[in-house]
Amino acid sequence: MDLTFSPAETAFRAECRDWLEAHVPRTALPSGDTPEGFALHREWERTLFDARWAVVSWPREYGGREASLWEWLIFEEEYARAGAPQRVTQNGIFLLAPTLFELGTQEQQDRILPKMASGEEAWCQGWSEPNAGSDLAGISSRAIRDDAAGGWRLRGQKTWTTRGAFCDRLFGLFRTDPDAPRHDGLTYLLVDLRADGVTVRPVERLDGDDGFAEVFFDDAFVPDADVLGEVGRGWSVAMATTGSERGLTLRAPGRFMAAADRLIDLARRVAEDADADPQLQDRVTRAWMDAQAYRWQTFWTVTRLVAGERPGAESSLVKLFWSELDVRLHETALALLGPHAELVGGEFAAWMKGYEFSLSGPIYAGTNEIQRNVVAERVLGLPRK
Amino acid sequence: MQFSFSDDQLALRDAVRDLLAKECPPAAVRAAWTSPTGRCAPAWNALTEMGVLGVVVPETAGGLGLDEIDLVLVLEETGRSALPEPIVETAAVVAPMLAARGDERAAELVAGASAAATHALSPHAVWADTASVIVAMGSSQTVVAPREAFVLGAVDSVDGARRLFELEVAGAVPSGAPQHDESEVDLAFDRAALGTAAQLNGLADRMITMTVEYASARKQFGVAIGTFQAVKHHLANARLALEFARPLAYRAASTIANDDADRAVAVSLAKASASDAATLAARVALQCHGAIGYTTEYDLHLFMKRTWALAATWGDAAWHRARIGRAIL
Repeated sequence: MDLTFSPAETAFRAECRDWLEAHVPRTALPSGDTPEGFALHREWERTLFDARWAVVSWPREYGGREASLWEWLIFEEEYARAGAPQRVTQNGIFLLAPTLFELGTQEQQDRILPKMASGEEAWCQGWSEPNAGSDLAGISSRAIRDDAAGGWRLRGQKTWTTRGAFCDRLFGLFRTDPDAPRHDGLTYLLVDLRADGVTVRPVERLDGDDGFAEVFFDDAFVPDADVLGEVGRGWSVAMATTGSERGLTLRAPGRFMAAADRLIDLARRVAEDADADPQLQDRVTRAWMDAQAYRWQTFWTVTRLVAGERPGAESSLVKLFWSELDVRLHETALALLGPHAELVGGEFAAWMKGYEFSLSGPIYAGTNEIQRNVVAERVLGLPRK
Repeated sequence: MQFSFSDDQLALRDAVRDLLAKECPPAAVRAAWTSPTGRCAPAWNALTEMGVLGVVVPETAGGLGLDEIDLVLVLEETGRSALPEPIVETAAVVAPMLAARGDERAAELVAGASAAATHALSPHAVWADTASVIVAMGSSQTVVAPREAFVLGAVDSVDGARRLFELEVAGAVPSGAPQHDESEVDLAFDRAALGTAAQLNGLADRMITMTVEYASARKQFGVAIGTFQAVKHHLANARLALEFARPLAYRAASTIANDDADRAVAVSLAKASASDAATLAARVALQCHGAIGYTTEYDLHLFMKRTWALAATWGDAAWHRARIGRAIL
């Protein structure tokens, strides 16, 4: 057991920190889930890409640094610590890209990955449908074979599509064989949202941003070149992605450690108030402890990943933990703020907005009720129905 | 960064697990409740033979010369079996303290004698009546003396195997006692808290495993109760708490072994998390067992009661959170 970072990793951390200190925008960007904010975020991500910080773990030929998993965690810690903008391209980079690297053709990788890394093409995830949220195998959007055109015609609807209103492309599951059992007959397709037959309608979210979209398909065409993996094998392709979504890739510990540090700053300011509640101090401590627990559990898991083990159903434990930690952390901040919590403007407004956003965590990527079932059945081995 | 155990460390854990499965089954824990000593001699003797009591004692004092990282998995196993023996007090607290002082009684402990220890936060010395050496960590001085130097006042524990005693020094403090050394006491306390945290994690794991087995077999309404989502979610919550508590104990072991500056905070993270995780596991285990778990004829109570005892001793979760709070706020 060696819980220290190597000299090379420490040097990498210093390099990240120096660059971020010099380049992170001095004033926070508007929300990336608004049209103007999304454009500004895209510019920031281009700056990241030009300095090779956009996709640090990727191969150099696609704009990366071939950073190790440890270096990636270090980068994420420093990124959050520096208060750098949220990544509006994250769904492509963290959810689609790992699957593309694993199952995509060389042509797909060469065509798609560089534009994804630079932010030129932003991707959204097309999983949910009006009648299929956590029950992903219940999707009904169809992809109908068009032999003459050499591809597929899409009919149906996706919904709750994060940043769908601003993104350029969508990756999602479509039913290519309606007669097959529900987990079979699905195919993973890469869809151009600007194509004829695609209509995107923004849906305002709880926090007031246009972060969601409904996406309607009316005979929109997807060429064979944009089938990811085999036709009819979409379920197993998608499962590779959901493992990433629930697990490590979207939720590096740095984000929660940085949030816990901000919470401690807030608690210190409030503590100057004579009426400071000792129970609140305890809640602040708990939030910091949970962020630490998340960090060390991650390091424990990453050691196994680096040794070649693959994450399994344990990723559901990770998703449960960070999503509920995020809610508790923001609830504590609101309790510290008292009557200031409700203000939508001013220096503390980010906490309420962050709280609203945190409430999405236990819902998306498979609700926490689904995750608890997964833990019970696949980690603990309890019987299914 | 290499946050994992070596093959040797895992082999030692497996050997201890096998030994305890044989020598300390629930029937042995149950027998300790009604025996004169409350202890489990066959398990203690077998652990002694394996050298486990001297894991963190230098070879010059008869130990294995290893460190807390080697010890933490062993102690987790002693929690899993609810071993009724003062192994934390002996192997983690007193033997290394005596070895550091050059006290030859460290070798006696490694060879199978046992120790008891008290502290302001753990004022009741467990199994002190059978200990050869007792360490009383007081606010002004630390007394290290043979059992005979103390007057023992028996008090009862919720866990019938834990024989608890209040200590009083009989007569004058033995001559030659070293001056009070705050850092020595702090280190001994942190080792005790870490060892207790490791045992709590083992207990939590055991109770979850027992409950999964029970819920998979027990039928109500014509199906196994483990198919009910309400039961599944209780057990998932317990497993979640344990999943995030265990690495904290391993990391705390590393901070002690390496004398890291953040040792105190790391140990408190470990103990607070383990106390909470095991308490939750006990609560969930009882609820999912239903009335059978509420009987003393069934084994679950042996593990629950050890959990409640250990969750409260060497600093409960609230005390350790307060220590962390003082460091970060």
